[in-house]
Amino acid sequence: MLTFLKSAIGFSTIFLFGSTGETITEKSGHLNLGTPGIMCLGALGGCVGERLYLSLVGIGGIQAFPAIIFGILFAMMFAAFGGAIYGFLTITLRCNQNVTGLAITTFGAGLTNFFINYISRTGFVYLSNCFKKPISSGADWFSTIFLSHGVLVYTAIVLALVVAFILKKTRGGLNLVAIGENPATADAAGINVTAYKYTAVLTGSAISGLGGLYYIMDYLNGNWEYSIDAMGWLAVALVIFSVWKPNWGILGSILFGALYIMPSYVGVSFSIKEIIKMVPYVATVIVLIITSIVNRRESQPPASLGLSYFREER
Amino acid sequence: MVANTKKEREPLFHIAKRTDIAAWKKWLVRLIALAGSLLIAGLVSAFLTDFGKFGDFFNYLFTGAVGTTWRIQVLFQNWAILMCISLAVTPAFKMKFWNIGAEGQTLIAALAAVTVIWYLGGKVAEPVLILIMFAASILAGAVWGVIPAIFKAYFGTNETLFTLMMNYIATHLVLFAVNAWATDGSAVLGVLDHGSFDGIFGLEYIQNVVFVTIVTVIMFIYLKFAKHGYELEVVGESVNTAKYIGINVKKVIIRTMIFSGVLCGFAGFLLVGGSTTPTVNADLVGGRGFTAILVSWLAQFNPIVMIFVTLLVVFLERGAAQAANSMRLGASSAFVNIVVGIFFLLIIASEFFVNYRIVFKKKGGK
Repeated sequence: MLTFLKSAIGFSTIFLFGSTGETITEKSGHLNLGTPGIMCLGALGGCVGERLYLSLVGIGGIQAFPAIIFGILFAMMFAAFGGAIYGFLTITLRCNQNVTGLAITTFGAGLTNFFINYISRTGFVYLSNCFKKPISSGADWFSTIFLSHGVLVYTAIVLALVVAFILKKTRGGLNLVAIGENPATADAAGINVTAYKYTAVLTGSAISGLGGLYYIMDYLNGNWEYSIDAMGWLAVALVIFSVWKPNWGILGSILFGALYIMPSYVGVSFSIKEIIKMVPYVATVIVLIITSIVNRRESQPPASLGLSYFREER
Repeated sequence: MVANTKKEREPLFHIAKRTDIAAWKKWLVRLIALAGSLLIAGLVSAFLTDFGKFGDFFNYLFTGAVGTTWRIQVLFQNWAILMCISLAVTPAFKMKFWNIGAEGQTLIAALAAVTVIWYLGGKVAEPVLILIMFAASILAGAVWGVIPAIFKAYFGTNETLFTLMMNYIATHLVLFAVNAWATDGSAVLGVLDHGSFDGIFGLEYIQNVVFVTIVTVIMFIYLKFAKHGYELEVVGESVNTAKYIGINVKKVIIRTMIFSGVLCGFAGFLLVGGSTTPTVNADLVGGRGFTAILVSWLAQFNPIVMIFVTLLVVFLERGAAQAANSMRLGASSAFVNIVVGIFFLLIIASEFFVNYRIVFKKKGGK
């Protein structure tokens, strides 16, 4: 049970990074269906960064802090690159967001699965240990569940709280929300819509990319087996599930993580395990339906989600 | 306010909406995008192998897609499925209903067909079996399509996210069924002995192509000449206008999505029964539900244009896979995704130049 909770919290990090990033993007009125591809790019970036770091210092010279920083920087850079393509196409060129997002997912997943095998991952297991180093390795239940994780797990939670705070309490966050609701009004109020949208899409993508970094460097110990896109879609689902609130997303992600790994902890047949894996999607659909029926203003998607904004258009 | 006047910075250019563009210009822009994507893919493959082999990529691209009679047949089989799904998503998109659940609608229909084979195969006459499969697939696709439509029509539930989730529910249902049926624990359902209608009417290997061609004609007429086609277009343009002229918007949304789902169901039926090796697995549709969205959008919802766009995409997929294998580039499916991804991104970007024009500031003030 303890290891189950521990793994659930660990695994939730992938969803939490993905959904925190996607929330920021969606708040600016951009539904980024490229998130799964961008998370893949994050994994690829992390790989490139760590390879670079290893070739600089060698396996003997690994130090925890720079190793982690290299991974984070490159993961964010690669993910932001995906976000930049998406942003340029949808913000500046005003292309259809759904179509662009899907193309980014195809492209990002392809690029990652293709090139990741060109990068030698020898020595990555040592780097992975840096990422996994727990705060405390005590055997009591509290340490096992809460203190035994690597640095990225806590980063994800802190980041989600910070983003929730920014969106709710700061001028910049409120401006962003205003843009997502009605860009024309925000524009008239003197907010630089394009700048905000770019900032949101780029930071959002960069944060999503960290989910990929966690997946490859912490969860998979520096290996790569399955593509991450299925988890990417769950991250998109989590945004809805948490009704566009990253702080609720923390709990939601743990729930999703628990459901995702639960099949390997319970002794049921393989077919029933698939039914358990289906639960997060069904739950998201139910949340989507309930929020639309209840129709509370606070729990609606941003009003201009999916629409591009052209000032000269009436 | 005189003291406050800073020197206004005039932007170098501004963007204006285009109202009309000559058709040849439109296609020229897209052709450039296509050439650009092929060039990038060729450069990438040359970079990974040897720059002297730059031409090899294009060579393999063509031979891989249309090099032998067998490859041409495979090309057209793939064309039939992608075309059918692309047609399926089209009426909904014209209505501005973002159905990105074609993947799931097709998959659940394939599952329905296989379920019929699994429980009835060998127990009823083969023609009857195929008819039941047909009915089950169509029904399953329609149900999967209409559920989000009902909620959209009555509660305004976001259909993009709803249909997206339905894809994964379908995937896991397939995995559930496959695991339940494959008793040897391999989680792979072998080829079923019954239910293949390959070679029906004497059309060996190409019956799917014939069926889908018929569907294309029907869809063209439906969208262009039928009242339904007109109604869904009005709903897409403006819901208020539709209400004003007495169109029942809820009914149109639900009806259109049933139609969409039926066609996806038909694609699923073709995937199972139209193959010589009927079976189902989670990757049976293989992302074609998503590719179809891009295809439909790229063809601007015109079924006739879609024929060629689909052919082009399938050509790229087959050719790039061959190039990746022959040039030993590594994972061929991933390479295909890169090539197709770049192609779509460039085409999407090129649409900007079709819809907008850039007006540069004239020298010397206004």
